Amino acid sequence: MIKFRLEERAKSPYWLIILSPFIAILVAIILAGILIVLAGANPFESYYQLIIGAFGSKNSFAETLARATPIILTGLAASIAFRAKFWNIGAEGQLYFGALATTLFGTGLVVLPSILMIPFLFIMGALAGGLLLLPLVLLKLYYKVDEVVTTLLLNFVVVLLVSYLLEGPWKDPMSLGWPQGKSVIDDGVLPQILSKTRLHLGFIISIFFAFSVWFILSKTVIGYRIKSVGLNAAAASHAGVPIFKTVLIVALLSGGMAGMAGVTETAGLKGYLTLDLSPGFGYAGIAVAMLANLNPIGVIFSGVFLASIYVGADAMSRAMNVPTYLADVIVALTVLCILLSLVFVHYKILFFGVKKND
Amino acid sequence: MIEFIEIIFTAGFWAATIRIACPLILATIGEVLCERAGVLNLGIEGIMSIGAMVGWMTVFLGADLYTGILAALIIGGLFGLLHSIFTVYLGASQHVTGIGITMLASSLGFFCFKLILPASTTPPKIKPFQPIDIPLLSELPFLGPAFFQHTPFTYLAILVVIFAFWLMNSTPLGLSIKMAGENPMALEAQGIDVFLVRTIAVVLGSALMAVGGAYLTLSAFDAFYFGMINGRGWIAIALVIFASWKPERALLGALLFAGLDAYQVRAQQLAGAIIPYQFFLMLPFLLSIVAMVIAAKRTRYPKALLIPFRRGERH
Repeated sequence: MIKFRLEERAKSPYWLIILSPFIAILVAIILAGILIVLAGANPFESYYQLIIGAFGSKNSFAETLARATPIILTGLAASIAFRAKFWNIGAEGQLYFGALATTLFGTGLVVLPSILMIPFLFIMGALAGGLLLLPLVLLKLYYKVDEVVTTLLLNFVVVLLVSYLLEGPWKDPMSLGWPQGKSVIDDGVLPQILSKTRLHLGFIISIFFAFSVWFILSKTVIGYRIKSVGLNAAAASHAGVPIFKTVLIVALLSGGMAGMAGVTETAGLKGYLTLDLSPGFGYAGIAVAMLANLNPIGVIFSGVFLASIYVGADAMSRAMNVPTYLADVIVALTVLCILLSLVFVHYKILFFGVKKND
Repeated sequence: MIEFIEIIFTAGFWAATIRIACPLILATIGEVLCERAGVLNLGIEGIMSIGAMVGWMTVFLGADLYTGILAALIIGGLFGLLHSIFTVYLGASQHVTGIGITMLASSLGFFCFKLILPASTTPPKIKPFQPIDIPLLSELPFLGPAFFQHTPFTYLAILVVIFAFWLMNSTPLGLSIKMAGENPMALEAQGIDVFLVRTIAVVLGSALMAVGGAYLTLSAFDAFYFGMINGRGWIAIALVIFASWKPERALLGALLFAGLDAYQVRAQQLAGAIIPYQFFLMLPFLLSIVAMVIAAKRTRYPKALLIPFRRGERH
């Protein structure tokens, strides 16, 4: 039997750190290729169709960037939280809470000129996302209630709440039976940034927030505290880092980012709230954050990559008759391959025989 | 008002409680096994989903129901093995691995389902396990229809629980599993392979989760739907904490939880006109959060939970 031991590297080589996400993606794509073969299609042609579907025309490229918008924001939400080892898996619920806030304030309750209305909606969305996470983070800080489970469970509660509101009090009477919310007023709608496509201002806003989060995490005291809490909370506490305050800030920032993803989808892409607003953008954010190694600037690229998989898989599915769920399989495999590559980046694997003394 | 109390005195309520509890019991015991060995398994939701799909598909393609259970058991064990290679042998983050496993298991299940049945708008049905009457006992008034007219899968689930109690409390393996989750260094000092013990626990536990999923498609219902697990895995994780990582309390917790769920379905029929159904559907999730808050004061996590064991490294 092969025995092995992991030995921590004193310093990881730079080429390994830079190459590792690409190797992980490559391995995930090869593994998913096996599934394409099982589906009876040619993997090379299928991936060609996928790339064409995601980047082949102005329209498809714009669609990919539009799809990346909420994923970048939920990716930022996961990056901030995971840095502090605060396991916020509730971005999906926070996204819907942001969308609820957009519908509440953006459909006529508040009327402002566009230049003020759009920032106002983003602030409200961020507050809603943070507010949803607030009771859970307080439960964690005061009673040590595990946030992984509570954030996951609350996702289901929020989706049911949205379902109730859309079928009941918030249902748009003009929507001919479909459960959807009222349309966001014209001044609140995010303007198109590429003519005749669905790409809207939200994409630029999400990139702005990626840089803002990068600035907060790497250039401010708060960012330094967040990192130290994630690396070793006990040591950070001894060194005078206020754990309570730091975790609270992490939660509000993280929930806020996810809440704003709800704003971009409601005020940008659709213009109104629906129950299928997010096909799992909250969970995709986790994959995006891992792929970027929790780096906010990296999140922009990994977000666009993941979006291209989702958009491209639709085209590939039509052309090659491979189920669209392949996209989710590729994303899941990428997460696992990234974890594997992180092990190789940080550890050397030493093999040794059973008989030999180590 | 009296109708709301009368619900509890119907045999149908108790029979439903058992039916709802079964998948939860299997999944919760599975998670207890993993966590007692020191490994959080967030793959539970996806493993239940693929277990439900594989169990159902095996029967749909012509095998008998028991082979369906076996197929779910095997696929669950395989995903457990994957989880333990990552978290036990390579020491990767248990949180992220678990989420990754959930994403992979559920999407792979959906992919294969669509591959085999590309154009099914209405999910095809199988003939699931039928209730059997336990001789004599099933003829008892009230108790008979409530407890002794269930499907064989239900009785099998109860046998599994008994097996898990026995394994955890009366075997050397059970002791090793508990030690792997409390003090793995001490276990290693005994000359026992910590990696192997943890792997056995995670594989067994994940197999139980998948069987819990298969209960839904082979006994409780007769078809596979996307998203049919609907958070049951996450609820099971909350129940593990509520049960303080003890299998017997997990059984009680799952029954109590299922009882409340069965009650809300019946109360919904009485009060449906006044209170929207979505609020009733929220109850299981809100109750799980409440249960965790109640348990928080006496929560004592297995000491080595989430901590990867590395040979030759001192903690």
